[in-house]
Parts: sequence; structure tokens; C-alpha cells
Amino acid sequence: MLRTWRQRLTLTDVFIWVIGLAIAVAVIWGSISTLRLHIYSGSGWIDLTIRGLALGGVYALIAMGYTMVYGILKMINFAHSEVFMSGPFTACFVALGLASSGFLNAQPVISLAIILVVSMGVSAGIALLLERICYRPLRTAPRLVPLITAIGASFFLQYTFRGLFGSGSFGYPAIKALQQSWTISGIQIFKTQVVVIAGSVLMMLILFAIVQWTKIGKAMRAVSEDKEAAELMGINVDSIIVFTFGLGGASAGAAGVLYTLLFPVVNFYMGFIPGIKAFTAAVLGGIGNVPGAFLGAIILGLLESVGPNLFLTGLGIPSPSQLKDAIAFIVLVLILIFRPTGLLGERISRDKA
Amino acid sequence: MFKKLSIVVSALVILGMVLTACGSAAPAYTCTDSIGCVKLAPTDPLHIAYLLVVSGANAALGIDSRNGAEIAIDDVGGKLLNHTIKFDGQDGGCSADGGQAAGTKLASDPTIVAVLGTSCSSEARSAEPLLSKAGFVTISSSNTAPDLTDPTNPNHYPGYFRTAHNDKVQGAAAADFVYNTLGFKTAATIHDGSLYASSLVGVFADNFKKDGGTISTATSVDPNATDMSSVLASIATGKPQLIYFPIFLPAGAFIIDQARTTPGLEQTVLMGADGLYSPDVMKTAGAAVEGFDVSSPLVQGPAYDAFVVKYKAKFGELPINIFHAHAYDAMNIIFQAIQKVAVQQPDGTVYIPRQGLRDAVAATANFQGLTGVLTCNPDGDCANPIIGVYTYHAGQYPPQLIWPTKYLPTGTP
Repeated sequence: MLRTWRQRLTLTDVFIWVIGLAIAVAVIWGSISTLRLHIYSGSGWIDLTIRGLALGGVYALIAMGYTMVYGILKMINFAHSEVFMSGPFTACFVALGLASSGFLNAQPVISLAIILVVSMGVSAGIALLLERICYRPLRTAPRLVPLITAIGASFFLQYTFRGLFGSGSFGYPAIKALQQSWTISGIQIFKTQVVVIAGSVLMMLILFAIVQWTKIGKAMRAVSEDKEAAELMGINVDSIIVFTFGLGGASAGAAGVLYTLLFPVVNFYMGFIPGIKAFTAAVLGGIGNVPGAFLGAIILGLLESVGPNLFLTGLGIPSPSQLKDAIAFIVLVLILIFRPTGLLGERISRDKA
Repeated sequence: MFKKLSIVVSALVILGMVLTACGSAAPAYTCTDSIGCVKLAPTDPLHIAYLLVVSGANAALGIDSRNGAEIAIDDVGGKLLNHTIKFDGQDGGCSADGGQAAGTKLASDPTIVAVLGTSCSSEARSAEPLLSKAGFVTISSSNTAPDLTDPTNPNHYPGYFRTAHNDKVQGAAAADFVYNTLGFKTAATIHDGSLYASSLVGVFADNFKKDGGTISTATSVDPNATDMSSVLASIATGKPQLIYFPIFLPAGAFIIDQARTTPGLEQTVLMGADGLYSPDVMKTAGAAVEGFDVSSPLVQGPAYDAFVVKYKAKFGELPINIFHAHAYDAMNIIFQAIQKVAVQQPDGTVYIPRQGLRDAVAATANFQGLTGVLTCNPDGDCANPIIGVYTYHAGQYPPQLIWPTKYLPTGTP
């Protein structure tokens, strides 16, 4: 018994376990020594946690586009970060128009709805165009071909927006109704954060309901299980793929509006970093899995906002916030080492990846 | 067959070479310059290149300089010594690797006489070794990092000049303003890892501490970061009265926006430097910009007002930041130096000795520019800056000058 176990245990395994343990010890030791320093107040931690949740919610909505497309086509749509950028970028001009006419602050709810619809519409439209022009002709091509096409399409979209609107940044107008905050037992909670968290949870529930409980959702799951069999069962695979891209795009557009509530600046390269993070979140949760992407995104958001201060301040590392991406990606690597399919990953990533 | 043909061809080539050699021997000028001369045949243009950031987030920085240079060329009628001025260049991207790529391209072009650039100090660090070796004169309108003109520093190269102020001046002025005028004793600093920001923060901290102040937190952010919550939370623990972050957009705008909603930093004064003196700060930080202070060179006077009119007429907008004026002065210093050292032949051929040009630029004295009366020193600093501090008010650009008080328009409190 012991012998077979020892035979299976390779040097690599030992090495990986040692690395994993070392990181775990560093994290725990860092956290304890940070907390013992008592430099951050309780309300400070809660503020960071709320910000992390809001950021995670936005990542989750972007991650939907990656994970649903992967679930159906088994390809990573690397142009999705530009789908995410195009919506809020275009809607920014609507918002500026509404702000200059005074409508934005007179009717904030209707204005936000208009901005949201424009953003979702543009992002979904771009996603559909991408599918039709860049991916459909290549559906039977080897797997690397659509991947490279996606990267090309990503640059094309970025520089199209740069050509149209210039390389500068545009600021979203502030919505007065959202600038207030509530103070609950010494903890200040901003309305924007509440709107972002509630909005992303609501969007996630809608998406989950569509995938789980509607007829078209059932068809999507069928196509993702087995394309040929689904086609034989009378499902129009093409239209399901189009629907998936549209849904992912609309979700990215909604994420974009929420993102600009948190960080009210748009520019042509704004999609890149959130896109990478959302992709990470999708992989973290198990790519192809909708609840997994949500879980992964929330964990990533929290790690990024609470992680650097909690783990690294106590270790005496200067400017810990610079290392927040390192923390996020180390966690990704660790999870992929110990659970290669991601947190909620299914067999999908095993037999088709 | 081919052998015969090649013999004929080479004979013709040799004959041609002999003939041209005889032809050009007539206007006898031999270049005695230690690093060579640029020869302009009668119809050749005079090539001045730029190495500026003209795309990406900080494009405003380089485009403004390029606009200033174009106006300088227009003002001399597009010609110097009867040679049309050819002005083109490379995008340095405001990064070290972008500067290296652009510098390599420029250094391979022997027709270039002088280079306007770079925009960012990080670009200069990697491009300057190449440009200096190629024998060019480089003159920057917006590099402010002290090491570039420090002869004891490895980042200092011969042939490098700047009309922008050295950050030693700007950082010291900012510390003076914060400690003596605002009366603050604790400050936090943030830089973004760029040469510009880290040296400015260093100079600020040195001067602030020398005066008797304390730096509660000295930290840094990634220039592409959007979420500043963790860095601001760690700054809030030190309870500073002011946060000094001489960085660029859009990171600067995110700090302005998010500091107001960070527990403990609601009332903290925020201050940046000339990298954040831009209309884009208004566009991107929105209402949160109210009360944000920046230091920037103070350029005033009737000559500058006339220049702004020309700028508006040519580009359809008001100047984007302040570096157009430095670029305009830089170009005129180059023109003046070229006119001084160029050797003109009767047939219109012009020789420009490269080392001679460097010496001529270094010898520039009492040059009446838009940014003041400029005198270059052999290490490369030409600027004569007066640093002002400006406060942004929501919906109002340019920001309002608040310091030094002796330059305020009369009537303001």
C-alpha cells in the first residue's frame, strides 16, 4: 500500500506541494502579522471588501462572454475585451449628451436605462459582427486559426475606436443621485457600489435563468454537450451560436456600464486589463461553467482589493498594491495546479480542451 | 555571358564614380568635424526628426510638442538656408522599449541633423545612447528627470539638451509650496515607476524632509491600474495632509476620483505635477477634480499670447498642455545653431558639422524664447523655469494659478 503510493508520488508532485505550502504559510503569516499591526481599521477592511465585491461582479459579467463561448465553440474569444470596451465607450457619448441637457440628473433611472441599453446593444452588435465575419468562416479550421483571428480582431477593434474617437480618455459624467452614501454603524457605503453589486447579481441571475430554464438555454446546453447530436435533434446550431455571442456581448455591455460607474473613464485600451482578469476568473472557476465564472470572478475581485494589504503589509513589502496582479495570478496558478479543471470545472475542460 | 556583362557594368560604375568625384571636387570643403558632417546637396531638404509620444494614453504630451515645433517651422517659412525643412519622426510611446525602437530607426538615418524629443524621460534613457552615437543633436521639450543632464550619471549623453525644466526645480517648488504656503507637515507620495515620477517624488521628499516635514507613506502604483482602493487604503493609515502623485493619465484621474471616497482621505489635499496639467484631467476625473493642485511651468507674456493665437488658427484648439512652448523654443534654438555653424557653398550645398552644432547649441545664451530667457549649459539644461501651482475647479479649464503670489493677476485675493 505504502509502496504503491510512494511509486505514484513523483518529484514534481513533491515540488508543487512544497511551493503550495510555502505560499500558504506566507499568506497566513502575512495576514496574521498585518492584523496584529492594527494599522487598518475595521471599516477600512469592510470598505475594501465592498469594493472587491463590486469589482468581482463586473469581472463576472465579462467572464460570462468568455465562458459561454468556450462552452459552445471550445475557443477563447480574445476579442471579447474589445466587445466589453465598445459598449461603454459608445454609451459615454450618450451619457455626455444626457448630462449636458440636464436629463441625466433630472431622471437618473431612465438615463441609466438608456445608457445601459445603448451599451448592451453596441457590445452585442460588435459580438455578432465578430461571430459572422471572423469566426463563422473559420469554424472548421484548425483550433489555432480562430484564436489568432481573435487577437487580430481585438487589435482591429481597438484601433478602429482609436481612429474614430482619438487616443485620449473620456470621462463619464457623474450622476448626482449615485454620489450619496449611507453610513451604517461607522461604515460608509456608496450608492454606486450598491448599484454595481446589485446590478451584477441581477444580471447573473438573468443569465443563469436563461441558460437553465428557457428552451433556448436548453438548446445551448445541448450544443455545448455535443454539437452533432444537437444538430440531429433538430437544433439550429448556427442560430444558437449567434445567440450565445449576442448574450455574451450584451452581458459585457452591461458590465461596461457598471465598470464605468466604478471607474468613470473610457479609452480605447480600457478593455485589455479587465478582459484578461475576466478570462482569469473564468479559468479560475472552471471555463465553460456559468456559476463557476461567477465564483471565480468574486474571488478574484476580493483577492485584488483585500489581498495586497492583508497578505503583504505584515511582511513589510513596500507598495503592496503593485503586486495585486501577482497575487491574483499566483492564486490562479495554485488552483490550476491542484484542480486543473478550475473550482467548479466539469468534464468539459477534460475531454474537449 | 554574365561574366562579360558584370565586367562592363563594374567598369561603368567605376567611371561614374571617378566622374562624380571630379565633379564634386570643385567646391573644396573638407569636413574636419570630429564626428562628421551632414551634407545637403542643393535640392536636399534639411531633415529634423521628432521622437515623441503621438499615440496612446499620453499622446497629448507629444502632439502638443509636435504642434509647437510645426509652428516654429512655419515661422521661418518652412525653409532654412534655402533648404526646405523636412520634419517627420517616430512614436516613442512614452516607454523605454518604445524609445529604443524609435531611436534605432532614427539612428539609422544619416540625413537627420537634429531630433526633437523625447517626450518622456523613460524614452530618453533608452533612445539617447543610440541618438547620441549617431551624432545627432537631441533637444527635448518635456524630459524633466534630473539624471539626463547630470554629467556624473550614466544616463547623460553628449548632444542631449532640453528646454524643459529639470525636476530638481519642480520638485523643490512643490515641496516649498506644500510646507511653507499650505503649512502641511505630513505628506504621502505615489509614483508610477516611471523615471519622471520617481525622480520627482524623490526630489519632493528630500526637500520636504529637509524643511522638517514627514513622508507618511511612500508608495507606487502601476501606470495602467484602475483600482486604487488598496493603495489609497494603505495611505489612509498614515493620515497625511496631502498626497503628492506626479504621475500621468489615466492613473492620476483614478486616484483623484477614488481618494474622495476612501475612508480617511475625504479631506486630504491632492497634488500632482505637469504630467497632470491637461484638459483630459477635467474630462476624466469629472467633479472630483475640484481643488486638485498641480505644479507646472509658468509661461506668460505678449509673445506667448501671440503664439496661442497662431496655435488656435493652425490646429483649431487651444494648446493641450505647456510643452508646445518648450518645443517651439527648442526648434528655434536648433535653427539658430544651424545657421551659426552651417557652411554654405556657392552652388547651394550646405555642410553642417555635427560636433560644431552640439557646441553651438551648448553655447546658446540669452535666447529670447516663449518660456523665458534661455541659456544652455554644457550638460544640456537650457530651461529657465518659473514653477507655478494651479488649482483645478470643476468645469473650468485652464486651472487657476494660485502660487507664487507675485505672479497672480492683480485683483485676485
